[in-house]
Amino acid sequence: MALATPALGGRTAGDVVRANLTKSQRDVPGLLALIALLTSVLVTILVLFTLIGTILVDAVPFLRDRGGSFVTRTIGSNPDVIGLWPGLYGSFIIGLGVIVIAFPLGIAAAVYLEEYAKPTRFTRFVQINIRNLAGVPAVVYGVLGFTIFAGWLGGLTGGKTVIAAALTLAVLVLPIVMITSMEAIRAVPQGIRDAGYGVGASRWETIRDHVLSYAAPGILTGTVLSLARALGEAAPLIVVGALAGGVGLLPETSLDGKFTALPMLIYGWSGQPTDADNRWQFSNSAAAASVILLALVLFFNFAAILLRNRYERTRTGS
Amino acid sequence: MAIANGVSTVADHTDTESSSTVSTTTRPEVRNVSEVSLSTTAQTADSPDDSAPTVYDIEDLGVYYGDFKAVRDATLTIRQHEITAFIGPSGCGKTTVLRCLNRMNDFIDTARVEGTVLYHGVDLYDPKVNSTEVRRRIGMVFQKPNPFPKSIYDNVAYGPRIAGMKKKSELDGVVEKALRGAALWDEVHNRLDASGMSLSGGQQQRLCIARAIAVDPEVILMDEPCSSLDPIATSRIEELMQEIKREYTIVIVTHNMQQAARVSDRTAFFITEINKESDRRTGVLVEFNPTEKIFSNPDDERTEQYVTGRFG
Amino acid sequence: MRGVFLGAALTAVVLSALILYTLFKGTFDFFRAIEWDFATLADSGWYPRSSRFDLRTIVIGSIVVSLIAMLVAVPLGLGTAIYLAEYASRRVRRIVKPIVEVLAGMPSVAVGFFAVYVIAPDLVSRVFDPRQPKNMLVAGLGIGLLVIPIMASVCEDALAAVPGSLREASYGVGAKKVTTVFQVVLPAAVSGIVAAFIISASRAIGETMVATMAAGAVDTAVYKGFSPLEPGMTMTAAMTNAVGGSDQAAAEAPFKVLFFVGFLLFMVTLLLNTIGDRYVQRVRQKY
Ligand SMILES: Nc1ncnc2c1ncn2[C@@H]1O[C@H](COP(=O)(O)OP(=O)(O)OP(=O)(O)O)[C@@H](O)[C@H]1O
Ligand SMILES: [Mg+2]
Repeated sequence: MALATPALGGRTAGDVVRANLTKSQRDVPGLLALIALLTSVLVTILVLFTLIGTILVDAVPFLRDRGGSFVTRTIGSNPDVIGLWPGLYGSFIIGLGVIVIAFPLGIAAAVYLEEYAKPTRFTRFVQINIRNLAGVPAVVYGVLGFTIFAGWLGGLTGGKTVIAAALTLAVLVLPIVMITSMEAIRAVPQGIRDAGYGVGASRWETIRDHVLSYAAPGILTGTVLSLARALGEAAPLIVVGALAGGVGLLPETSLDGKFTALPMLIYGWSGQPTDADNRWQFSNSAAAASVILLALVLFFNFAAILLRNRYERTRTGS
Repeated sequence: MAIANGVSTVADHTDTESSSTVSTTTRPEVRNVSEVSLSTTAQTADSPDDSAPTVYDIEDLGVYYGDFKAVRDATLTIRQHEITAFIGPSGCGKTTVLRCLNRMNDFIDTARVEGTVLYHGVDLYDPKVNSTEVRRRIGMVFQKPNPFPKSIYDNVAYGPRIAGMKKKSELDGVVEKALRGAALWDEVHNRLDASGMSLSGGQQQRLCIARAIAVDPEVILMDEPCSSLDPIATSRIEELMQEIKREYTIVIVTHNMQQAARVSDRTAFFITEINKESDRRTGVLVEFNPTEKIFSNPDDERTEQYVTGRFG
Repeated sequence: MRGVFLGAALTAVVLSALILYTLFKGTFDFFRAIEWDFATLADSGWYPRSSRFDLRTIVIGSIVVSLIAMLVAVPLGLGTAIYLAEYASRRVRRIVKPIVEVLAGMPSVAVGFFAVYVIAPDLVSRVFDPRQPKNMLVAGLGIGLLVIPIMASVCEDALAAVPGSLREASYGVGAKKVTTVFQVVLPAAVSGIVAAFIISASRAIGETMVATMAAGAVDTAVYKGFSPLEPGMTMTAAMTNAVGGSDQAAAEAPFKVLFFVGFLLFMVTLLLNTIGDRYVQRVRQKY
């Protein structure tokens, strides 16, 4: 057994304690762990920047050269002259559909579940349904949209049209809108409701004037995020019959004909072979469309983050 | 006997201190309970011994949270094998001072300490001091029982293990000793694999005490250890404190004045001073005296008002 | 008013019912189209136009791609979560967290573009020299990127749910930060981390665009073992590949298989999400 206490010699007890307490602070496992964690964070950030960077490198010279014509022209087989106007148009209609259909429906459902529903088995069942819907892969929503919106309701939507696509994506983000709105409404303090009832307001008036206005920033955050999600989805659009922006086909910008959307163009253009005769390649137009889609999606994401941060600050009262 | 140095050295300097002359003998690494209790005359609550060696010399301690000064000018001496109680109204900074004694305040970003906290003559806030070593020697029991979501055995063995003790047989011995020391062994010895969270509140708190003493610290800091317990569990913990003070030095924060009177040797009484201009509340140490004196014949009028329940 | 709101909430139930009905009905139609000849589901290779729907091919494709994605996302996502929850100062958090959220909002086609034009030629082809630039490894890496933020955010929630008193207890017996994090906080958060893992796996399996764009198989594929350097077809890519062709073809098996694979995909992800949810609930109940 090794000596635990060295012969103290002329030292005082304090010296011994000091020697123990001032042991080397070097912490090798701690340092290694920190390095590993930092590495994972840095790799993640680096990959994200590389992703955005390479897209920009492919897109910026192309966008410089093509300028506004890339935005206003239609799709086709030659990247030197094509444009993404039909994609913008399709994405716009889809965004509109989400706003008009998913937002009110989702918020209304959240109001019911948080403000009206009693905690019955049925309410639980509805909530579980919503949670499960949120986890259904996007492509499966495409199957739903194909059957219901392009098939059964074909008379109304015109079949595989942008209307059917907008309905499909509205339905896809509906559970997200419901869940985030429920969370926002749940965070409203009881006192806010009591204040409404206290002045003799009806239940609906209280919800409208007090609860919803208090929960508005949280609800808005969720809806903005779901809008971003809808704009970026391509898989359900493929199934509902959106054009992939490949060679030849020129969809009109109509509500009842062939259609496409920004992510569909990126998908279609990314798969095209290179053609040495052209000045620009489809990879450039795909990158350029990605930049525009990313700008839109990131704009909405940042808006949501800013909203949330402001919301958190006002709620914590500092 | 291969207990890690971090643990054993605590025992060494404890003995060194208690014999008050510096000895040059080598002694076994794990302290034998009976040996220690022989070497130290147990104090009775009535007559603390002023010649007992000091563990802490705290001078002009002030603590800030950001630019809010939570405590100012606390000066007191904590002696070995005594129980020192901190009492005072809520928010007067008892917890804050207690957490300075093992640098637990390090984990609050805004906390800043001024003045000196000498531990055996070593300034705990000296930049050279390794705060992890400090906490290894100065254990803590918290207000709310906080067992790890691990088995009873693993809760107690956690400290020795991280101090480097690996052998199962040794760990078994330490766990048993700590659980016996915390008066929990009889209740749990046949279900050491059960989760620590499955115990009752009082048992959980004793488990936390066992966890703290398993690393054989010199000092145990207790922040209202009984506040979430019923009277029976409380009295068990109080008895326990009386038993283990032969081996450890205990500082306890309590809201319960009877508890302070019952268990402690010395008492520090804090109050909150309200600054009229800034409306800020700063804790001040009003009086530090033997418990008997605090409760029978205090120096400060405010202390008397507080202990007789005529305060605020 | 109440009735209107109730109606809105019921759309969730209606939607679930419609999804189930669509998938069941479509699957039934598919079986009829292949004349209940289940041997085609174990035939060699995925050749829909010649009525060979070898499930093994697409299931293994999904497994290989998702496994690679998880190999990327689990360490990076968990590491990021631990760093953000336990180490990062408030200032660093304020910068890093939005960056991770940007990744979370990244459209999968943009990642697909990145996989096709950067990961495939500049990373995988350089390092491994595969037979063709697009393969399951490329798709797996791309999907991994998409899954990192999901892993990170669910894990971070789990770590944040571990009460500070446990960390204090650990520090109180003289544990270092690294010991506290890895021996107390992580074990205490384990059910949340399991949940993160399962939910991430579900996302990886359901991710469609990157698999369609970068896994390499077009229309047909054949199971050639587990090598990620081979082109492969995932279940999701089999679905997007089934679409297309003329409207007349919509009645035939090569198209109807869309519903059958969709049904399988739905079941797998539902199962995983349900298990994942269980674990999330467990975290909530514990503290
Ligand atoms: N982490 C912190 N940040 C900022 N201020 C704090 C923090 N912790 C405590 N304080 C403040 O410092 C003062 C002293 O608090 P402390 O917890 O030490 O009081 P206490 O005497 O232990 O009270 P109690 O009896 O209620 O436990 C209080 O005003 C409290 O609000
Ligand atoms: Mg306190």
